[in-house]
Amino acid sequence: MALLEVENLRTYFYTRGGIIRAVDNVSFSLEQGETMGIVGESGSGKSVTCYSILGLIPRPPGKIVSGCARFGGMDLLSCPKEQLRRVQGKRISMIFQDPMTSLNPYMRVSDQLVEPLLVHEKMRRSQALAKAIVSLEEVGIQDAASRIDLYPHQFSGGMRQRVMIAMALISRPEILIADEPTTSLDVTVQAQILELIKKRQKDLGTAVIFITHDLGVVASFCNYVNVMYAGRIVESAPTDEIFARPMHPYNAALQQSIPALHKKGQPLFTIPGLPPDLTIDFRGCPFASRCAHAADICKEQNPALKQMVSGHKTACIRFQRGEIAEVGLRNVVSAV
Amino acid sequence: MATATASIEPAPIRAEELVQGTSLWKDAWFRLKKNHVALFGLYAFCVIALLCLVGPFFTGYTYEQTEISLKASAPMEPILSRTETRKTGEPRKSFIALSNLEDEFLDKPEADRKAIVAKIAHGELYQEGRNTYRLSNQRHFFGTDPLGRDLLTRVLVGGRISLAVGFAATLVSVCIGVLWGATAGFAGGKVDTLMMRFADILYALPFTVIVILLMVMFGRNFILLFVAIGAVEWLNMARIVRGQIISLKNQEFIEAAISLGLPSHQILFRHLIPNVMGSIIIYATLTVPNVMLLEAVLSFLGLGVQPPLSSWGVLIDEGSRTMETSIWLLVCPAMFFSLALFSLNFLGDGLRDALDPKSSKD
Repeated sequence: MALLEVENLRTYFYTRGGIIRAVDNVSFSLEQGETMGIVGESGSGKSVTCYSILGLIPRPPGKIVSGCARFGGMDLLSCPKEQLRRVQGKRISMIFQDPMTSLNPYMRVSDQLVEPLLVHEKMRRSQALAKAIVSLEEVGIQDAASRIDLYPHQFSGGMRQRVMIAMALISRPEILIADEPTTSLDVTVQAQILELIKKRQKDLGTAVIFITHDLGVVASFCNYVNVMYAGRIVESAPTDEIFARPMHPYNAALQQSIPALHKKGQPLFTIPGLPPDLTIDFRGCPFASRCAHAADICKEQNPALKQMVSGHKTACIRFQRGEIAEVGLRNVVSAV
Repeated sequence: MATATASIEPAPIRAEELVQGTSLWKDAWFRLKKNHVALFGLYAFCVIALLCLVGPFFTGYTYEQTEISLKASAPMEPILSRTETRKTGEPRKSFIALSNLEDEFLDKPEADRKAIVAKIAHGELYQEGRNTYRLSNQRHFFGTDPLGRDLLTRVLVGGRISLAVGFAATLVSVCIGVLWGATAGFAGGKVDTLMMRFADILYALPFTVIVILLMVMFGRNFILLFVAIGAVEWLNMARIVRGQIISLKNQEFIEAAISLGLPSHQILFRHLIPNVMGSIIIYATLTVPNVMLLEAVLSFLGLGVQPPLSSWGVLIDEGSRTMETSIWLLVCPAMFFSLALFSLNFLGDGLRDALDPKSSKD
C-alpha cells in the first residue's frame, strides 16, 4: 500500500482567457521513505499538482475537476477543510521556492517555528520553543538558541531555507513536498541544502516529493522521476532508467539541452517551438508539434501512460507501438 | 564560574554579546529620528497634549468660573481688585480689567475718570464709597473671554476635548475599518464584493449631513460625537486595509502559513494584520487631524460640545464673533489648533516614510 496515491488529478483554472488545463489526468504513487522527482519546464503543472494535493489552489479561479489523492485512508482532495488542516504541516508539509519571501518579515523566527507545534500538538510555548531550538540545530544553524529570536531579514538566503526546512520538518511529517527549494540559491548553498534535505530525510524516514527543473539535481537526489509536460506525466521511471533509457522524445530532448563541458564550441541544443496553449482542448500528444519523431497518429490519438518494462512508463504512442526504439539522437547522462 | 568543563568547552556566549533582533519598529524609529520635521511634529504634539492634560491644574483658574467685570480682557492686561465692605458678613471681592475700569465711574466727568484710572493703574489705593480699588498681581496669560473666563484654561480644557474626540473617533474607525477591510480582503469573492459595495454606498452619502442628522436625532451627546464621527471615518481605513491584505494574501509566506495548516483566523490576525500595521498607523495619524477638523466644523455649526465645556472648534467659533474687538479670542485657540494639526500631519508623513523604507529617498 503506497503512502500517497494520486489518481486522475485534473486541476483547471477558469480565467477570462478560457479554461487553463494546468494539470490534466495525473496519477502517481509515492512509497514510504521514497524520493520522487517531478521535472518539467515552467508551466508544465509540477507545482500545481502538489498545490492541489495540499489544498493550496486558490478557488476561484482554480478548481480540482476530478481525481483523488489517497493518504492514510482519506481523500485529500474531497475531505472537509478541518480534516485537511490536521494533515497540513503535520503529516504533509511543504518547502517553497523562494526563502526570501516565504517567511513572514514581521514575525520573529521563533514565533514562526513554534506555530505548527502550538496548532497541531497543543504544546505549551516554552516546550515548543525548546523543540524549535533543537530543530534549528538539526538543520545546521549554529547558536540556534540565540539566533531564534532574530527576524528573517537578519538571515541569509541559505539560512532562511534552512529555517523553512526546520519548520516543515518540526512535526515530523510523513511527506515533505519540496517545490524547487534550491532554485533561488547559489550553487554552493544549493548543494548544502540538498545534502541537508537528504540527511533529514534519512533521519526521519520522510518521503519527499521533489519538484525541480534541474535534471542534475534529479540525478543525484531522486529514486524515481516523473517527467511532466503540458500538465501531463509523459514518462515515469526510476532515476537511472530515465537517464539511461529515455522512452519519451520530450525526456530525451530535455536531457540533450543540458549544457555540458564536452560539447564546447557547439551551439546549445534547444527544443524547437513552444509548449502548447493550455486553454485549447487539443487532441493528440501535446508534444507532437515539437517532436522529431512525430507521425500523423500523434496528432489524432490521445496518448496514455503505459508501462513498457517494470516500473518504466511512457506516454509516447509510437514508442508503445514499437515504431521507434530510440527516442533521442544520443543519450546524455548528466554530470552532477 | 571556573569549572573543569569551562577550560575544555569554548567560552559560553553571554547574552549581551549576541546580536539582538532589530524589529521593523526599531528600524522605523531609527529612520524617523533622522527626519527632523517629523520629529518636530512628534515633540510639538506631545507638548500640546501634555499641556492640555496637566495644564488646567496649574493655571489657577477653572474653565467655567465667570467674572463679569473681567469681560474680554486682553492678554496680560493689568487686573484690579475691588473690595466691597458690607455691613454684615465678609467683604466681597471681585476683579476688573483695566480697560473696563472707566465704566465703574460713569457718574463722574470724563477728565476725573481718566485721572482716577491713571492713579489706580499706577499702583495707588483708591477708595470710592464702600469700594476699595487696588492693583492686583493676578494676570490672564491669554486674556479672558466675554464672560470673564480665563482663556488659557479654556483653550487647554478645549484641547482635551478636541484631542479626545480625535483619538476616540480614530480608534473607533480603526477598529471597524481594519476588521471590515481585512475580512473582505481575506475572504475575497462574493463576500468581498458585498462588503465593499456596502462601504461604497456609505461613502456616497453626504458625510457631514449624516453626522448632523445623528446629532439632531440623538441629542448633543458627547459620546455620540465620538461614535458618529468614527462610524463614518472607517470607510477609507477599510479600503486601504483591504487593498493591502489582497496584495499580501498571495505572498509566499501566507501560502506557507496555509500549508502549515494554520486556521484562518490565526493567519488573518497573526500573519496578515501585523503586516499592514504600518499602513494602519500612518493612516490613523492622518485621521486624527481629519476628525479634529470635522469636530471643529460641527462645533462651528453649533453642533459640538455644550457650554460651559469647550473644544477648539467652539472656542474658534466664539472668537470669530468678537474678531473685530478682541482678536486674541480667535488667535489663541486657532494657534493651538493649527499647531496640533500641523504636527500630526508632519508626524503622519514622517511615519509613512519611516515605516515604508521603499518610499524614502535614502
